[in-house]
This record gives sequence, C-alpha cells and structure tokens, in this order.
Amino acid sequence: MTETAVRKSEERMNLVIVGHVDHGKSTVIGRLLADTGSLPEGKLEQVKAMCERNSRPFEYAFLLDALKNEQSQGITIDTARCFFKTDKRHYIINDAPGHIEFLKNMITGAARAEAALLVIDAEEGIQENSKRHGYMISMLGIKQIAVLVNKMDLVDYSQEVFEKIVREYNDFLGHLGVHPMTFIPVAAREGDNIATISPHMPWYEGHTVLDQVDAFTRPEGSLAKPFRLPVQDIYKFTAQGDDRRIISGTVETGTAKVGDHVIFYPSGKETIIESVERFNAPNSTEVKADEAVGVTMTTEIYIKPGELMCRADELKPKVGRRFRANVFWMGRAPMIPGKQYKLKIGATKVATELASIESVLDASELETNHNKQQLDRHDVGEIILETHRPVAFDNRNDIEPTGRFVIVDDFEIAGAGVILEKVAETDSIFDRQIKQREFAWEAGEVSAAEREQRFNHKGKFIIVTGEPGSGRRNLAKKVEKHLFDQGFNTYYFGITNQFGDLDQHGAAGTIQRDRQIEILGELARIMTDAGLLFITILTDIDEFDLNKLRKLNEPNEVFVVSLGDPALGGAVIDVQLEPSPEIESAVEKVVEGLTSQQVFMDFSI
Amino acid sequence: MDQLDYLEAKSVHILREAYRDFKNLCMLWSIGKDSTVMLWLARKAFFGHVPFPLVHIDTSYKIPAMIEYRDRVAKEWKLNMVYGQNTEALKNKMTFPDGAIDRIACCKALKSEALKHTLSGEWTRWRLNHEKGEYEEDSNKDPYTGVIVGARADEEGSRSKERYFSPRDKQSDWDVDDQPPELWSYYKTDFAPGTHVRIHPLLDWTELNLWEYIQRENVPIIDLYFDKGEGMRYRSLGCLPCTLGVQSTAKNVDEIVEELRSGKFSNVAERSGRAQDAADGNSLETLRRSGYM
Repeated sequence: MTETAVRKSEERMNLVIVGHVDHGKSTVIGRLLADTGSLPEGKLEQVKAMCERNSRPFEYAFLLDALKNEQSQGITIDTARCFFKTDKRHYIINDAPGHIEFLKNMITGAARAEAALLVIDAEEGIQENSKRHGYMISMLGIKQIAVLVNKMDLVDYSQEVFEKIVREYNDFLGHLGVHPMTFIPVAAREGDNIATISPHMPWYEGHTVLDQVDAFTRPEGSLAKPFRLPVQDIYKFTAQGDDRRIISGTVETGTAKVGDHVIFYPSGKETIIESVERFNAPNSTEVKADEAVGVTMTTEIYIKPGELMCRADELKPKVGRRFRANVFWMGRAPMIPGKQYKLKIGATKVATELASIESVLDASELETNHNKQQLDRHDVGEIILETHRPVAFDNRNDIEPTGRFVIVDDFEIAGAGVILEKVAETDSIFDRQIKQREFAWEAGEVSAAEREQRFNHKGKFIIVTGEPGSGRRNLAKKVEKHLFDQGFNTYYFGITNQFGDLDQHGAAGTIQRDRQIEILGELARIMTDAGLLFITILTDIDEFDLNKLRKLNEPNEVFVVSLGDPALGGAVIDVQLEPSPEIESAVEKVVEGLTSQQVFMDFSI
Repeated sequence: MDQLDYLEAKSVHILREAYRDFKNLCMLWSIGKDSTVMLWLARKAFFGHVPFPLVHIDTSYKIPAMIEYRDRVAKEWKLNMVYGQNTEALKNKMTFPDGAIDRIACCKALKSEALKHTLSGEWTRWRLNHEKGEYEEDSNKDPYTGVIVGARADEEGSRSKERYFSPRDKQSDWDVDDQPPELWSYYKTDFAPGTHVRIHPLLDWTELNLWEYIQRENVPIIDLYFDKGEGMRYRSLGCLPCTLGVQSTAKNVDEIVEELRSGKFSNVAERSGRAQDAADGNSLETLRRSGYM
C-alpha cells in the first residue's frame, strides 16, 4: 500500500427501477442523471443533436437507450446500468424492462438491487406489471421500496388521483406482506419532486426521489445470522509447491474464526478451523458475511465442493431431499412433473424433479389456481421439489441467502425460487419408481431358489470401493477369478467400459455421476436376478450413493468391500481392509465375509 | 467492508465459479490496467496462483513497452502465457493505416478475428516456455469454453447490458436481446456444445475503483499510464495508430486517483482517446456483437 493517506472509496448502492411498460422509468432515470450532474460531458448535447437529426422530440429516456434496436422499439429490452451520485454516495441504477416478454431481464436487474423504485403512471393507474413487479421485488427479498406515481402533470397534479393509487396499491402489496417505505408523486419529464420539491403539489410533504434514495440504507443484519459458507471449491496447488488444502467460498451470513468447531452439511463431517488464508492482505483470524474467503482445517477431513459449512454452536441447516418452495418460472418450456432438472442451491448442483404443484398464483390478479399440472412461463407457483440426493438449506425466513435457488432446464436458468420449509420424504418419487418397477417386473419360469440350487450360491452385488491406487481393481479381479475357479457364476464388470470417468476422483456428487449410479443400480438388479456374483469397483461413493444402490438392487443384496475409502463415513461395510492389502489374504477375507452371509449353499470352501 | 472490499469479493466469487465450472478456461490479458487488475484478482481468488492460461491478442501494433511488460510479469508470476494473432492479415498488410482499410475493419481483422480463431484453437497459439524463456507453438488446440474478460459496465452503452456470465454462440456472436437471467449468486455456467461463455468479473467496477484498488494493493501497472514529464499520458491502451494520449501531468497512481476523483477527468469518458469509437455512432456495439471485447 502506498504511503499517502488512502481515502476510502465512496459507498455505492444498487437500485432497481421497475414498473409497467411506458410508465416512465427511463425518464425518471434520465432525469436523475441529468439533475445530479452525472452525465458524461457532452452526452446530453449529443442525444439532443441526434433527436434533432432524426426529427424526434428530445426525451430523457433516450439517454439510456444506448442500443439502436432499443430505440427503434421504444422499450427497454435489457437491464441497463447507469451510474449517478449524490453528496451521500454513488448509485448504480438498474433499468429493468417493463415489458412482460423481458421479465427475466427485469429479474436480473432487480436481483442486483438493495432498494427498488416502482413507477406507476398516474393517468393509467395500476397495471398488470405494476402488480407482478411488486410481487417479484418482494420474492427477490428487496425490503426497501419507494413507489413513484409518475406523470402527475397529466392529471393536473391531483392529490385525489395520487391518494387513490396509494390506497389501491397498498391494498395489493399488503396481501403479499410488502410495505413500501413511501409513495412520491412525480412528473419526471418536468422534474417535479425528482431532485427538487415541486411547486405544483404543495399538498405533498414528503421527500423528493433523490432524498428518498439517500434515505435508503445498506441492508444489515447478515453478520448477526448463523454462519453459512457454501463451499465453492477446495484448492490444493501442489504442483506449484503449495501444500495448503484451502476450503474456499463466499460467506453468506455470520462470522467464524480460527478455533471454531464447524460442521459440513449434508455430509455431517466435523472439524476445526486452523487458519484463514489470504493473498496480499494482513493476517486475520476471522471470516465474515460477504467476504470471499479461504480457510484450512486442523484435520484432513474428506468433504466435497457444494457442502455447506456451519458452526457447531449455531442453528443447524435443514438437510433433506424434499422441500416446499415458491418458484417463478421463466423457461420457454413449462416445468412439468417427470422431467429431470438441475437445481443450483448454495454452491451445490443436484438433479431435481417437480414432485407436485400445490397452487399457481396469477401474479397480476392475485388469484390462486389449485388445479394446474405444470408451471408455464411467467407463472409463480407453490411447489414441492424433490432432489436426487440430500441438500443442505435453510428456510427463507430464517436465513435468506441459503433459502433460495435456481432451476436449470436444458442449459438455461429457467426458474428461481425461495424455500418455505422442508417436507417429509416418505413416498418419494424415487421410492415410488422402485415400487412400480418391482410390481411390474416380469419374471421367467425359473425361480430365484431354483437358480440358487443349481448355481450353489445366491446372486449378490459386490462393490469394491477405495481411492485410485488402493488396489481395488486388482482385488476385484482376483476375487472374480477365485470365485470362478471355485465353480461359481461370477462376472467382473469393468466400469470404465460403460461409464468412462464414473470412477474418477472428483466426479462424485455430480449430476452425471448420480445418473450413472442409477444406471449401475439398475444393471446390478438384472445381473443379481440372473443369479450372478456381480462385481464392480467404485471410488468416492458416500453413504447416500450406497443406499441408493442397495435400493435399486432390491430385492437382492449388496456386499461392500472398502479399501479404506474415506468417503464412506458411517456406512455399513461388509469387509473393511487397508489400502493396498496383501492380495491373497484380502481375497480370503472377502470370501470369508461372503461365506458368513450364507451366500454359498455348499460350505466346502 | 468498504466499496473496494465488496467489489473484490464479488469478482473473486465469479472467478472461482468460472474455474470450478469451465474445464477449458482462459483469461484475456490486454496488458491494460483493467485486465491487469483482473489478473491480480485471480491471484487473490487462488491464493497467489493463476490456474488457467492468460491469452493475449497481439495485433503487432501494440505499443512495444506493452509486450516487454507482459513477458516480464508473465515470468515473474509464472503465468501460463499464450498469445495469438492474425498472421495472414499482417502478412498482406490488411491493416490501418498501411492497407486500404479503415480503423473498424482493421480492428475486426486484428482483434475480433484473431481472438475468435485463437480461442477456437483453429489458428496457431504461442505459449511461453518458462525454461527457455521464449514462446513456442502451443500443441494444445482445444477450444476455450470459458473466457474471462475485463469488460466494465460503465465503459459505454452496450457493455452496460452485459451479464457476469455471457453466452456466445458458435460464431462468437452475442445475442443482446435474449440474455440469460442472473440472480443472487447464480450464473449461467451450463452451455451447449460448440458455444462458449464470456465471464466478466469487473462488470461493476468503475475506472476510479480500478485505480483506487491499484493504489491500495500496489498492483504493478505498466508505466504508459503515467506522465513522464511531457504533460501526456495514456488513459486507455490500444494499438499505437489508434490510441491517443491525454493531456495530463499525473505521474503516479495517487495523482491519477485524484485526477479521476475530483480533477480534470472526473467527468470525461475514458474511451475518448479511442478513435474507432467515434468512427460510427455505434461501432463498439457493432464490434461487440461479432465478438470484440
């Protein structure tokens, strides 16, 4: 750092401006920029000259319409960012489009904001998107809202008109539990009540827009919440001569310090923070909300990116596979049951399905429909989502950042939502599918018992798990050979033949890998039904993966041999060995384990 | 946290997100202050390391000191340094002002085209061999699917519409009318085969923020930005024929910060010294739609 006194960079706040199309958002912004002297030199003149060239009357809105095609359509297509400053601070104002077609852009602009200006045309009154945007703002979690009743000049600056809109709109927002901080009557084109108090509305005694904007505060309170750090990644730059194993991510809420006892969810692994790592920054022993951090742990516990790091002495997050949520759908294709989507929550990504729709809200009219079977574009619905593996989350009302998510459909973010509560997992989609499969299973005329009699053993799915280099592949093949030589029907399934890198370290927990686990389970179901001792290797599977394989392989059983796989935690393991075991005794132990579970009819071996 | 802390944290989050989700990731380093700050932020994000290649498009018309500086820093920070260029256009002198083409066409050939084909791996890439201390042809021809770029929203109109994660189709085209939604800290990190994503960690930074950060972190910045006693300095770096200096006596970072905060440039757009912007009212958008940074 240089020796001269470094002045603090000025505070900046993100605002969003929303409202129905043509209610005058761009004019409000243009006016704010002009009246605060925030336009680059010559910009105003340039736009005025352009208007003159094209024989169009000058509009403040043109200042923002930086793109050619926008000007031709006369509507804001995307969310554009403008900068202005007051004596108090700098602002970024996100100009969100009012047209329904561009709702995803409006969401993008609004999601960046700490406060919102909602514009309503005094003459036209409350329109569909005045309501929809009000709803969206509240769903996105923006608490500071100022409603600007614009074009007051067109209604003769009538107090009556203003108050009628205030009443009606308060009524609407009240239903949503949203309470605007203020309503301001303005005529943006004329500058009334934008930067200076209007002489035309002596009956109005509140702030100008500019004063109101300065009265917004930066949302506080996330520091006092329980500590939540979604693990974005785990770095080890060994090749660069750096042996630190750094768990990194951005702290959503709360604080934690060196020595704190922490728990990772959903795995439940526990350890203690050893150090806080930073580059080119003073040493520190604490991490807190909004910081992008790195920490090391006192023990080399095995966790994966996507887990949620929490403090042991604070409120625990929810862990589960089903939750109730409010979801806003932006996808071109509707959200339907039976289709697999990708859920992004915190730092994790997981396959998800629509379990049921409880109700769909018509945001413009606030009517509820309980009979819809799908979420169409621009629908807001209360739904139950089911994930393909457990995730950690909070109810939105407890901790907002860890209670919100997006849904990806075919490479695109198609839905966004907030979690209302965790729901019971009985009768999950997965369980129902297995039940249906078993119910409809078509068998031949040979029974399992007859097969056992003939083969002298039961069908069994044998999984040898361990890290790459632990000798799992060699052991699995030697077990196959040994069993075969003893006269049993066995088959070693070379997993990479089918799945490529299913076996790779780091693939664990990914959606593709989860899908492969499902295919493997289905395959095992067939092979064990055929009476085989079906052997394969896996790495990096956790208790949840194992239970899934067990369920998929039902009614037959799974037999697990672990070569010290650290991912398995508390799972039931049939034979536990050290990595790289002496091969003959290892094979012997596997056979002993199988024998003790009465896999073989003939006890001669 | 102050303003710079917020900006830094957000950029670091975006860089880590990109590193996690894009297997073939690179960062464009133009040698200018923006992408040099971005490079510094990568070192912040990855604790002193830069775990992806830095790609420089060398138009061969860059101010010579820029190449010198690039290679010095690349060696010092052990960067995985790669450059590409439009050798064909240079050989045929299809450049401005030598050839019979205008500034925009020159920009398109030497920057947009060179960039597009360097990213896709169709044209030769040269990679710095740290042991030999020189560049050699890069054997890796894989297309980059994630490209980190130092664009800022406050630079000019079209950039103010950018996303942090901005998809480009097979022709590197930017569909500005149909961009993905971005909310909370969720970005578009899923992409169809053949497309790629531009990643913009500096979108929320202003020119002043960058200089304040350079000041705070003591980021080593190329000295073309400083007046060396001639009353002239560069405010924005580009090719020699198209980049004009500005009248300024700011000799160091502190003086530049002052100049931007309350001095002569507090209200003058940064790219005012870039001739190609003025050539047509919307040239930069025209260039951006077809892949320009």
